[in-house]
Amino acid sequence: MSTAPTAERPAEKSGKRPRFAVVRFPGSNCDQDAYFAIKNVLNCPVDYVWHQDKSLRGFDVVVLPGGFSYGDYLRCGAVARFSNIMDAVIAHAERGGYVFGTCNGFQVLCEAHLLPGALVRNSGCQFRCQHVHLKVENTDTPFTNAYKVDQTIKIPIAHGEGCYIADDATLQELESASRVLFRYSNEKGRVTPESNPNGSLNNIAGIANAKFNVVGMMPHPERACEKILGSSDGLGLFTSLVKAFALR
Amino acid sequence: MPQVKVIVTLKPSLLDAQGRVVKDALNNMGYTDVQQVRIGKYMEVEVSGESGDLHAEIKAMCEKLLSNPVIEDYRYEVIA
Repeated sequence: MSTAPTAERPAEKSGKRPRFAVVRFPGSNCDQDAYFAIKNVLNCPVDYVWHQDKSLRGFDVVVLPGGFSYGDYLRCGAVARFSNIMDAVIAHAERGGYVFGTCNGFQVLCEAHLLPGALVRNSGCQFRCQHVHLKVENTDTPFTNAYKVDQTIKIPIAHGEGCYIADDATLQELESASRVLFRYSNEKGRVTPESNPNGSLNNIAGIANAKFNVVGMMPHPERACEKILGSSDGLGLFTSLVKAFALR
Repeated sequence: MPQVKVIVTLKPSLLDAQGRVVKDALNNMGYTDVQQVRIGKYMEVEVSGESGDLHAEIKAMCEKLLSNPVIEDYRYEVIA
């Protein structure tokens, strides 16, 4: 008998759930937040991976968490970028696997050249720890498909070096290819200088690579996955990944 | 044993937020003639000098790790 495919079933219901890896560097301190959100709120399988490990075999999504890897020595993320595990992270990204970096994880992704540009000291020299509003700029990605176009979400930030910098050509490329996924905005979704907490160019809070399988952002969606924490708006990023994975 | 002195500075086109704060502090202290302060990093690297092309090695180290070419410039000096 032939095995011609029958009527297609919505892939979300097939039960194919992505397996997450949360990479731990010495000095990571948001690893448990990410692990908890993925395991207890998102209900997906998740494991920690130590920075000295060399393999990410069996994982579908790699999360680089926030914190102060290697004490932020030299530059934020500069030393972590040369950890053993980073070769596997780069290979995972090159295979099309999903990689998500938040805060220090975003800094590591830029240092590793998986994302363009760099993150420098906040323009006001202050460490900013507060809830901010973000305008979701592109909802047609594996990381943002659960959001509505131009939706405004409330997510916390906690960083001293989150000012996104890139040269003009890079910035133009990011903008024209809709690779800016999140922008600092006010509550109404208006992108204003006052709503920019760190001086980032074009109010950029989060970007994607050209293939949209690697995303970094300074805000912490993993800390905003339950109402009791003040916002559950961050969960959409993780449910987007679950949906994208199931449809693959 | 050769010692290498490496200096890493923010590119001139970038605002040095730290430097601006230090400049303001100096102005407040009465040093009103201070126009600008730029903060960088200074590193002393000791090498055995056995690897052959020392300059190529130092340049690679500077470009891969010691500086981030996206935001920083570097210069170095080899002290024999």
